[in-house]
Amino acid sequence: MRTKEDRIFQIIGNIVMIILSACAIIPFVLLVVSSLTDNDTLIRNGYSFIPEKWSAYAYEYVFKTGNSVMQAYGISVVLTMLGTVCSLTITTLLAYALSKKNLPGRGIMTFIVFFTMLFNGGLVPTYMNYTNTFGIKNTFWALLVPNLLANGFNILLMKSYFVTGVPDEILEAAYIDGASEFRTFLTVALPLAKPIVATIGLFAGIAYWNDWNNGYIYLTKRTDLYSIQNLLNRMIQNIQFLSQNSSNISNANVGLSSIPSVSVRMAMAVIGVLPIIIVYPFIQSNFVKGITLGGVKG
Amino acid sequence: MGGSKWGKLMRMRKLKRFIPLYIMAVPGMLYLFINNYMPLPGLVLAFKNYNARKGIWGSDWAGFNNFKYLFATQDAFIITRNTILYNLTFIVVNTMMAIAVAIILSELRTRGKKFYQSAILLPFLISSVIIGYLVFAFLSTENGFINNSILAPLGLERISWYIEKKYWPFILVLVNTWKNIGYNCIIYLSTIVGFDKGYYEAASIDGASKWKQITKITIPLLRPTIIMLVLMSIGRIFYSDFGLFYQVPQNSGALYSVTNTIDTYVYRGLLELGDITMSAAAGVYQSLVGFILVLGANLLVRKMDPENALF
Repeated sequence: MRTKEDRIFQIIGNIVMIILSACAIIPFVLLVVSSLTDNDTLIRNGYSFIPEKWSAYAYEYVFKTGNSVMQAYGISVVLTMLGTVCSLTITTLLAYALSKKNLPGRGIMTFIVFFTMLFNGGLVPTYMNYTNTFGIKNTFWALLVPNLLANGFNILLMKSYFVTGVPDEILEAAYIDGASEFRTFLTVALPLAKPIVATIGLFAGIAYWNDWNNGYIYLTKRTDLYSIQNLLNRMIQNIQFLSQNSSNISNANVGLSSIPSVSVRMAMAVIGVLPIIIVYPFIQSNFVKGITLGGVKG
Repeated sequence: MGGSKWGKLMRMRKLKRFIPLYIMAVPGMLYLFINNYMPLPGLVLAFKNYNARKGIWGSDWAGFNNFKYLFATQDAFIITRNTILYNLTFIVVNTMMAIAVAIILSELRTRGKKFYQSAILLPFLISSVIIGYLVFAFLSTENGFINNSILAPLGLERISWYIEKKYWPFILVLVNTWKNIGYNCIIYLSTIVGFDKGYYEAASIDGASKWKQITKITIPLLRPTIIMLVLMSIGRIFYSDFGLFYQVPQNSGALYSVTNTIDTYVYRGLLELGDITMSAAAGVYQSLVGFILVLGANLLVRKMDPENALF
């Protein structure tokens, strides 16, 4: 039964959603188009959706001469893969242990995990701890370890999945059959928990790929360890700095010549988001499921 | 049975069985200890006159002096005001937008539905650095799309966006909505999808209009979810999205009075200005007030809906 009112609602609803979807996507289109615009056209006409002259020069430039870009890209890839694997391992193992109802000390351990979500020492003590006690400043560890390896939210999310999604009886049966605890975990619990493992892996992977904080804070000298995000960040900062202090013209010219041209910067940004855009259609539904799980029971 | 030999044996067996589980828990617990608990004693830094040579513990005590200095400056007021006002605006705008979008998506029957949802969620997965680039493409004074393709053709003067303060409250709210709307509507959407279809069938048999169904059925049923999510956001009101406030305005000094939040202040104090004690004091201020707010918000949630309380 479709009333007239219903049809109007469908039309307006679709229009609203088309506008919102366009707003979400348009900035990316501008980015991609700018990266494919001839650099002189860009400087003359500014960023535009319909450039006067197209050019793939920026990409050629990045692939031919962009050693630092490729290196940063490599670091981002290694960091994301390593980080995701480590994070998943740590999170899954702890979550599984915490899901065992009869484990002595489970309550207090869960509280220790949970409390990290309520109270946070903040940047200064964390920075002091990692630089003074662990000395990870200007090492690869600085990208991998601080704040990203595991967090209370993911651990508890996974724990509750183990509790509700992996029935005790099945684990018990495997155990009685003579399988060790670890074997039970690997062969029985883990396959049943696949959806949540995929979701948490996704959260971790995205967090590592997008992270710029750790490199920005801890890599003060070793810019050769920069991830692609850090490299992009430093570039745009240099430009801002120069345009704000351009009273000193000779200085600005010297600086500008060492900064890649506008279209090259845009090409680098495109390369920086590309992995997310490519995997997005495949991960999207899993991501939504994960958020729903987290929202229902935070 | 506990005292008998049999009982002891059973207990030993049981404990032995748990050993692998404890081993599995070790890496995670160790990491949380290193990342979240070991820094905590460092909070005393806020009560010290920090001297790098003497270290945190060797430095002289300053009592509450650091806090006195902090609150004597204009900064303390500005960062608190900015953090709270922005967050309140975000909560109101994001909640209304998210509910509206969730309701529209739940009612649409087109196949485009999936596409819409994917499209609006995409910005949530992008790093703040890239978001900074996207905004820069629109706002850059020399090459920006707005100055070149909108203002110039209209004969209007160019605007130096990264120096003009008055635009930034709007820009930041806009960027925040753009980034988070897809994420925020997911929970509302999944809640609406779970509602009993019977209500709506009965209502349309009674001749209730779509608008009536939305205002009289959907929104009242959503109320617990709305209250819970809003309270949780209020609990986080002392924390700001560092990437948004640091990357999107490009750390432009001219904009600090409208873009500086507690998080950016702490960051700049520590790493740009070298004012570690002031930074530490602001950090403790944030941690403590933030903690109290989280507890308070949870208390309220528990009163209304114990199921959804964090604890």
